[in-house]
Amino acid sequence: MNALKFIIKYQIHDTLRSKWLIIYTLFFAAISYGLLSFTNESSKVILSLLNINMIIIPLASLVFGTIYLYNNSDYIILILSQPINRKTLYLGMYLGLSFPMALSFLIGTGLPVLLFIRNFKEAGPVLFNLFLGGVFETFIFVSISFLIATLNENKMKGLGLSIFLWMFFSALYDGLILITLQIFRDYPLEIPSLVFTILNPVDLSRLLVILKFDISALMGYTGAVFTQFLGGGVGFAVSILSLLLWSTLPLMFGLRSFSKKDF
Amino acid sequence: MIKTEKLYKKYGTLEALKSLNIEIKSNRLTYIVGPNGSGKTTFIKTILGLVKPTSGNLFVDGVKLNGTYRYREKIGYMPQIASFPENLSVKEVLNLLKEIRSENVNYDEELIRLLKLEKEYEKRIKNLSGGTKQKLNAVIAFLFDPPVLILDEPSAGLDPVSSSILKDKILREKKAGKTILFTSHILSELEELAEEIIFLLEGSVCFSGGKDELILLTGERNLERAIANLMMGQKI
Repeated sequence: MNALKFIIKYQIHDTLRSKWLIIYTLFFAAISYGLLSFTNESSKVILSLLNINMIIIPLASLVFGTIYLYNNSDYIILILSQPINRKTLYLGMYLGLSFPMALSFLIGTGLPVLLFIRNFKEAGPVLFNLFLGGVFETFIFVSISFLIATLNENKMKGLGLSIFLWMFFSALYDGLILITLQIFRDYPLEIPSLVFTILNPVDLSRLLVILKFDISALMGYTGAVFTQFLGGGVGFAVSILSLLLWSTLPLMFGLRSFSKKDF
Repeated sequence: MIKTEKLYKKYGTLEALKSLNIEIKSNRLTYIVGPNGSGKTTFIKTILGLVKPTSGNLFVDGVKLNGTYRYREKIGYMPQIASFPENLSVKEVLNLLKEIRSENVNYDEELIRLLKLEKEYEKRIKNLSGGTKQKLNAVIAFLFDPPVLILDEPSAGLDPVSSSILKDKILREKKAGKTILFTSHILSELEELAEEIIFLLEGSVCFSGGKDELILLTGERNLERAIANLMMGQKI
């Protein structure tokens, strides 16, 4: 346990000093400050922020995570030649990257929102879910990127796979669902579309926010099912549980293959 | 100290180690030699647990290795090339390792002084030259005063002065009763340092024994020529 604490401490130290993290924070700050200065309508701001977050966070987490593990391969060898458990190192690096990234998202988006807090009087729960979703996205996609980097020795292949996965979850996936729904439109599709949503972490965190809005009615037939199912307490619990599974499963697979790997 | 039983490692279709039976004696300086790709680094990495053998057993100080990690407290390792987290300073890297091996507080910081590394303490790793990084590597291997030292090409990348400081240090540690295992391509180094020789060829042990024994077997004048002959394919 002690070793884990020290690894996390030094990783955070290392990550916090790197330039890209500052750029990442400033990016969020600029976007949310810009949006907030344009309009007073909190719902518009939140929806725009949501759309940007759901594209940027998975992309940044996947790419940074993959590069991070590849860049540190010699450091990994140095630490693994010390009396330390492989799982401790993997977990330490994972938390040492995810925490600063989640923090820089929270600070970058949160500070401008605090400046304009008077616009968000009634939007407390939505805002909370927006931040919660962003933090989940960070942890989920960093864990996936670590799994990819552990399984692929070839940097180009790993990075390519990360970018493909990002495109798959943020664009291709929705297209595939639409095609599926179109083909099977004569059948009841409430349950399958619920399952489809749970299978995509990006959709899942987007729903966390959208369902707190009254616009879910605009999502039509399936939207009603979602509100009915996911809008209530049970639905919220199911989405959180799925998000937790999404962040722990890739981590567990990653830990397993990291323990067996040759360096 | 270190013993292997039918140690076998396969990468895909490539057999890196073919059923090695090696015993590395305590308090001796053992030199592992062999042409490029003969399995030297793979062998060293299996001892450190960095590479998992496909089959066979490995014992370090009587402890059988299968997923254990505590035994590495007894080992100091100097890799061929090492890099550290770029944004940490030299001092922070040393502190990190000290915290990881917090059970051991008898630090051997002699090399820091001899290699004049104090003045680099506050520098970030990314601003260090390749040679200075290699010095840091050497310092780390000796830092915890471990009973076993594993040095992979210790003088590669070091200037002549630092290289001879390191060589003297190795000799002092040998006198102090350490078990030392090292590889090097500089044949003149062996003459001074080596006591036991393990010659690897394509993943198998080609020769294992004392230095004088090897010279006698090949019928050469000195170790350098004996090794050169083995590399050229002389049968013994």
